Amino acid sequence: MGRYDFYGFRRENGRAGIRNHVIILPLDDLSNAACEAVGNNVKGTLALPHPYGRLQFGEDLELHFRTLIGTGSNPNVAACVVIGIEPGWTNKMVEGIAETGKPVAGFSIEGNGDISTIAAASRKAREFVQWASEKQRQLCTIQELFVSTKCGESDTTSGLASCPTVGHLIDKLDPLGATTCFGETSELTGAEMVCASRAASKEVADEFMRVFNAYQEVIERHKTSDLSESQPTKGNIAGGLTTIEEKAFGNLQKIGRATKFIDVLKPAEAPGKGAGLYFMDTSSAAAECVTLQAAAGFVVHLFPTGQGNVIGNPIEPVIKLTANPKTARTMAEHIDLDVSGILRREMTLDQASDRLIDIMIRTCNGRLTCAETLGHREFVLTKLYQSA
Amino acid sequence: MATQFIVHDKADTVGVVVVEDVQPGQELMGWTMQTDETISLKALDSVPLGHKIALRDIKADETVLKYGHDVGRAIRDIGKGRHVHIHNLKTKRW
Repeated sequence: MGRYDFYGFRRENGRAGIRNHVIILPLDDLSNAACEAVGNNVKGTLALPHPYGRLQFGEDLELHFRTLIGTGSNPNVAACVVIGIEPGWTNKMVEGIAETGKPVAGFSIEGNGDISTIAAASRKAREFVQWASEKQRQLCTIQELFVSTKCGESDTTSGLASCPTVGHLIDKLDPLGATTCFGETSELTGAEMVCASRAASKEVADEFMRVFNAYQEVIERHKTSDLSESQPTKGNIAGGLTTIEEKAFGNLQKIGRATKFIDVLKPAEAPGKGAGLYFMDTSSAAAECVTLQAAAGFVVHLFPTGQGNVIGNPIEPVIKLTANPKTARTMAEHIDLDVSGILRREMTLDQASDRLIDIMIRTCNGRLTCAETLGHREFVLTKLYQSA
Repeated sequence: MATQFIVHDKADTVGVVVVEDVQPGQELMGWTMQTDETISLKALDSVPLGHKIALRDIKADETVLKYGHDVGRAIRDIGKGRHVHIHNLKTKRW
């Protein structure tokens, strides 16, 4: 077993997962109660309630389906039960997830009521759990690993040490053929030209700038101030970050120094150009960004924090690292890796990134993250505009 | 002696305090990451962990440099060794 190999669950479509969840996924807000009842009935399942799915249209509706179908399709999910208010859109979700070849079944509530639906869905969920519980981990290689990153409650220590630690990891994994992803469109403001210069081709750089400028238009249309206290957040400001430009340069440290990004993904869009680093157009809100990356098929997440963001995700384990010695001390139960030694010159970025690789591989092999042990399952859908 | 502030790039006009108890009048030891140089600076304000300190006198309206890049403009004169934050530095965006 090589240093970068891991034991994962190889799925029907060949993709490698690192968790073996059976999820109960609602199409819409109305189906949350039934999903949570099934999750309660059948041990070993995970219900993922969310607030949307009714009267959405256009690009926003496409994103809703892409996110939910992508969540069900993620290799960390062994099997999936879908519940919706009516059969049409429920079946659309089931068919989307079924393309992976994994077990999936849909149930709709209209004409049946919650209680009958819950009974039928619980029987199927129980069957799925027993089937999934016999799946064995197999040896997988780094070329099969999909790693996403995003930082949160950043402070100046993020830009000095924890984000560059992730950057070093990306520079080490990229030549080995891993698939990686960063996002946070608005949070690159001030560093957008430097980011564009890291695109693998002029076409990719142009597409990045198009997406970046579109986001700026949204902000210009809706802003009532210079976004002080939103970007940077109050937590960022408490941590010493003053301007969005300063925050952006710290953020961008996560993509390393050598690696170029090979494509620009829509929110929740699965990578289509093979191994390499991808930029995804996402919000910079932590749970929205990680939910979109998980829906695109990323299986393990690296999350540098400064002041101590506590985020997790229901299906994609979130590994947190910090370089802030105070956060490492006062919020130890949330921190998987303390790299504050970099600031004391006791640890180099090279050593820190090796430690991050080690904890990432151990997590892939089954070690629970801090967020998993604490039950952090933030599942937050991105909504592009109001419903009809 | 322990590193008390860190500078990303040699061109930067601000550094980041990385210890918890910097007081006015304190002589600080710093480290420039890009060049691996050790530098020193006298703090004129108490500066919390993670907050910025001016490495030289910065005039009002001058661009402040960190990571070797423009991170905003000074909205008043900032003396060398002073705390740099939202009271004297603003974004040029939005």
